Amino acid sequence: MRLIFSYLIGLVFGTGIALSGMANPAKVLNFFDIAGNWDPSLIFVMGGALVTTFIGYRLVFGRAAPVLADTFQVPVNRTIDARLLGGSVVFGVGWGIAGFCPGGALPALGTGRWEVYAFTAAVIAGIFIAKFLQTQGGARRVTA
Amino acid sequence: METVFTPWASLGGGVLIGLAATLLMLFLGRIMGATGILAGLLVPSSGSEFAWRAAVLLGMVSSPLALLAITGEVPTVQVPVSTPMLIGGGLLVGIGVTFSSGCTSGHGVCGMARLSTRSIAATLTFMIATFATVYVVRHVIGA
Repeated sequence: MRLIFSYLIGLVFGTGIALSGMANPAKVLNFFDIAGNWDPSLIFVMGGALVTTFIGYRLVFGRAAPVLADTFQVPVNRTIDARLLGGSVVFGVGWGIAGFCPGGALPALGTGRWEVYAFTAAVIAGIFIAKFLQTQGGARRVTA
Repeated sequence: METVFTPWASLGGGVLIGLAATLLMLFLGRIMGATGILAGLLVPSSGSEFAWRAAVLLGMVSSPLALLAITGEVPTVQVPVSTPMLIGGGLLVGIGVTFSSGCTSGHGVCGMARLSTRSIAATLTFMIATFATVYVVRHVIGA
């Protein structure tokens, strides 16, 4: 049951991404190019997604627990540190160079375009590089 | 490369993204973040943690085919950047989202909708970085 719902939710998310233009790097990059061929569509994506989630979450959090799980697993970390902000800068630079973000690329894999696979493979490599760097940092802190 | 302004399709797509985020919280109690889904698949903490993420990913990947069935068209993917930029950008995205624990969907939609100050800080930071990068790439370097 969990898997069927998960699949359908992924399908709704991916359809939203594809319909909105987030899976199209040309459109995403034009949103960020105010000095050039500016395409403001992404404001509508962000607005629609935020308002819907804001209202939806308020309704959902009125419940004691999720329908198919024991607890809501919501991040409790409140620290705004160099790791969060530095990571965000690096992510933003990468997004500005490639035009894909993870949420845009994963549904776009279904179009079969090789560029999406090349980008996603690079993201996966990046995730492993970062995890390696994090364990190195952690090990250094332990030995220091 | 010029693109057409699509306020209605983008708004409708945004509402579907929000609907998916709401439904994942309602049924599984989880944040709809592409970074969390992908990273959780690569380094799963358990079999059941792997399975629901794999199902979500499968749903995402089948969405272009669903759209093809409904509209008769595959969603447009125009890549206006070179292959090295695609790869280099992808590496930076992967490194960045791992350190920031989230991306546009996790921080930008789900976190902001929870009014998390951490997510608001992350979203403002990466949006500014992306604006600056696109400006430098297109108008300073001219790539």
